[in-house]
Amino acid sequence: MADPMRVRAQETGGIVDVKVLMKHDMETGQRKDSAGKTIPAHYITTITATYKGKQVFLGEFGPAVSKDPFLNFKFKGGAKGEEVTITWVDNKNDNRTDKAKIS
Amino acid sequence: MNQKRREALRLTAVIGLMAATGLISQAEASTWNKAAFEGKTLDDVLKALGGSAPGKSGAITINAPDIAENGAVVPVGVTTTLPKTQQIAILVEKNPSVLAAQFMMTPDTEPFVASRVKMGQTSNVHALVKADGKWFVSTKEVKVTLGGCGG
Repeated sequence: MADPMRVRAQETGGIVDVKVLMKHDMETGQRKDSAGKTIPAHYITTITATYKGKQVFLGEFGPAVSKDPFLNFKFKGGAKGEEVTITWVDNKNDNRTDKAKIS
Repeated sequence: MNQKRREALRLTAVIGLMAATGLISQAEASTWNKAAFEGKTLDDVLKALGGSAPGKSGAITINAPDIAENGAVVPVGVTTTLPKTQQIAILVEKNPSVLAAQFMMTPDTEPFVASRVKMGQTSNVHALVKADGKWFVSTKEVKVTLGGCGG
């Protein structure tokens, strides 16, 4: 099951710096297990960030993004005390949403 | 066992609810650009993204190590000073699929993104940037001492 992600959002001079650490295997579908069978691909495909109901960031991942992906982006116009919502969806349609208060 | 079933049920309900309330639209889930992520060369990816003949640009900076000890976790950051940046893509030339990740910028997003990627071997890392309707590319070689795609 999807584990919670760690989200930090910090505002300086009107720009919010968002750092996200997701917990995900990011299996490429290229590796084989000890029995020689291919491990099916399982990775995050889409990650979105919304602020006050407006999308401020959209990322699309391929299997080449590292295990437990880290993501850092910045957006304008955020205010301290408000919340940023981060959602990811993987190729098995599993998903996870977390919120972080901007500090 | 029962616990797992409950969890699965709960999650299905949550997803259904999210789709219904428009938190995740079905369209959004399917926007993932499959063709681009299956591209084997820079040109394949560019074509799938709807671009062609990127101009070299010094206004794109790739923040990546010269030598990465562990190919499974290579930090790559892309910054650009190009005005009206719409899209940033990170490509690893010698990976089985070249495109590692791409990011859509809204007018509110700063033209900066950083993440971590896997690299099978020493290779060029390209940053593709779409700004004001045009494509630009910048390249940096990253040496990998231990590959990240082995089993």
